[in-house]
Amino acid sequence: MDRNGLEKQCLEVRRLIVKSVYEAGSGHPGGSLSGVELLTTLFENFLKFDPKNPKSDSRDYFILSKGHCAPLLYSIMAFKGYFPVEELKTLRKLGSRLQGHPDALKLPGIEVSTGSLGQGFGVAAGIALSLKIDKKVNKVYALLGDGELQEGTVWETAMAASHFKLDNFCAVIDSNKFQIDGSVETVMGVEPIKQKFESFGWECVQINGHDLKQVDEAYQAFLSHKSGKPFLIVADTLKGKGVSFMENTEKFHGKAPSPEEFEKAMIELGEKAL
Amino acid sequence: MKKYLALREIYGQKLVELGKNDENIFVMDADLSGSTRTVLFKNQFPDRHFNMGIAECNMLLFAAGAAISGKTVFASSFAMFETGRAWEIIRNTIAHDNLNVKIVSTHAGISVGEDGYSHQANEDIALMRAIPNMQVLCPADALETGAMIEYAAETKGPMYIRLSRETFPVLFQEESYSFTPNQAKVLKDGKDVTLIACGRMVDFALEASHKLEDEKISVRVLNASSIKPMDSEAIIESARKTKLIITCEEHSIIGGLGSAVIELLSDSYPVKVIRMGLKDVFGQSGKPQELFKFYELSTEDIIKTVKENLQ
Ligand SMILES: Cc1ncc(C[n+]2csc(CCOP(=O)(O)OP(=O)(O)O)c2C)c(N)n1
Ligand SMILES: [Mg+2]
Repeated sequence: MDRNGLEKQCLEVRRLIVKSVYEAGSGHPGGSLSGVELLTTLFENFLKFDPKNPKSDSRDYFILSKGHCAPLLYSIMAFKGYFPVEELKTLRKLGSRLQGHPDALKLPGIEVSTGSLGQGFGVAAGIALSLKIDKKVNKVYALLGDGELQEGTVWETAMAASHFKLDNFCAVIDSNKFQIDGSVETVMGVEPIKQKFESFGWECVQINGHDLKQVDEAYQAFLSHKSGKPFLIVADTLKGKGVSFMENTEKFHGKAPSPEEFEKAMIELGEKAL
Repeated sequence: MKKYLALREIYGQKLVELGKNDENIFVMDADLSGSTRTVLFKNQFPDRHFNMGIAECNMLLFAAGAAISGKTVFASSFAMFETGRAWEIIRNTIAHDNLNVKIVSTHAGISVGEDGYSHQANEDIALMRAIPNMQVLCPADALETGAMIEYAAETKGPMYIRLSRETFPVLFQEESYSFTPNQAKVLKDGKDVTLIACGRMVDFALEASHKLEDEKISVRVLNASSIKPMDSEAIIESARKTKLIITCEEHSIIGGLGSAVIELLSDSYPVKVIRMGLKDVFGQSGKPQELFKFYELSTEDIIKTVKENLQ
């Protein structure tokens, strides 16, 4: 998809995120909105998958390690045909395949259930190890939050991925600077992310995670890198990106908009479509 | 009309109250202080509240360290992550060395609701109960929560207190309530069956007992808020009196309150015990009330279970 198409697609994904969380009455809009360009670009232009055959041997693996951003993943999966867009209305409701956090047993296309932070990253590395041993060309991608980096196993995984030279593994950090209790810096600083991972033996790039050109180039760089190292994209983003009152705050980390806020959000997202 | 209060709000308020008189109290949290309500303590005593970030294991290691140097530490997160992820640290360091760390978790059980199975700890009582030295408490209302937090502050040693996300109806009154550790209070006497409940299920059990009374079924109700140690006297007495016992918990039927009751009675006074709880399954997304129905833990389900087993 070209940049123009991607831009439109990202806007549409943002609308679906806000709509589905509003409809559910709860959920996590902030971190979903910050990852839109990162994940839309991945699914549109890089990740190999077949919604009709989600377990295909030739697929690349994507793992949403920050599982609370399920509305982001579900919105994109709906577009890609894993399930009807209509089904987004069932988000978080009793009996739905669209659980509050991705459930691999309920929804085809989810590689592993996530929701407990830090775990998806390690599982992704394990998949990468297995593929590498089997000399397969499939790639593994994982999306993490910046707050998520505080979990200790993240660093165990970082160490092991480098030790095993998992150059088929690309981790993306949605560095939106906020977690639940406030800014990452005030709660438990994680910077400098890039240097930390570099010192752990990773190949790293830092980009603006809302700049489609930079996002595209970062994935290209992963696919063409020959360093023999696992690859990290540190993406500087805005939590809540696209909805003014959700931006740059922890307030909408895990809260649905009120009816008035919803109206306002949709106007903001609609106007930009013109 | 019942009045509802959030136990975690009371927890936060009680911490503030205790913190005023005791500078030795440290409070730790793992990026959920708004939800666990330890933020109330943080606002009053920012120097004695430590947000450890999304790092439950490390939080409990720091808690252990602070306890060794003489602090009374209250450490909070969601039950799933605190008792689950950090279990081995709790077991090998905090409990074994008998450290003065109070693990107060919120968001236990299916009443977490929409977040789904990954956030619904239905195994935490089992996990904590299995550890030597660990006391396990689960309050049934706001007043009891406050009393337990006070008790925790003045009692040395490791302790697990299980709180919920949802508000609970007020069951006890200041005048008539007193917290006695290790005691299961008889909330209602009866002779046909005993309901032994903890947490949110105590209210459901009481409701069920009143409705059953209309049908001439006499129900005894016990509040087993002290799950470990357990009030063996009260439970054996109930077994003797009613012969049939039904345990009610928002937890797996494996390893929780029901298991504790069975272990006790099978050793000392075997009677029929039916365990109501999650039947070896994970939770899922949904509204708390819907989930209580789905997993057959509502007041109506208790009534049904009583009737089925009395015949
Ligand atoms: C192990 C674990 N601890 C705590 C939580 C509760 N929790 C959900 S989201 C979140 C904050 C995540 O912040 P971040 O990783 O920065 O995500 P984003 O900003 O992208 O939403 C926390 C603490 C959890 N899901 N898992
Ligand atoms: Mg963040």
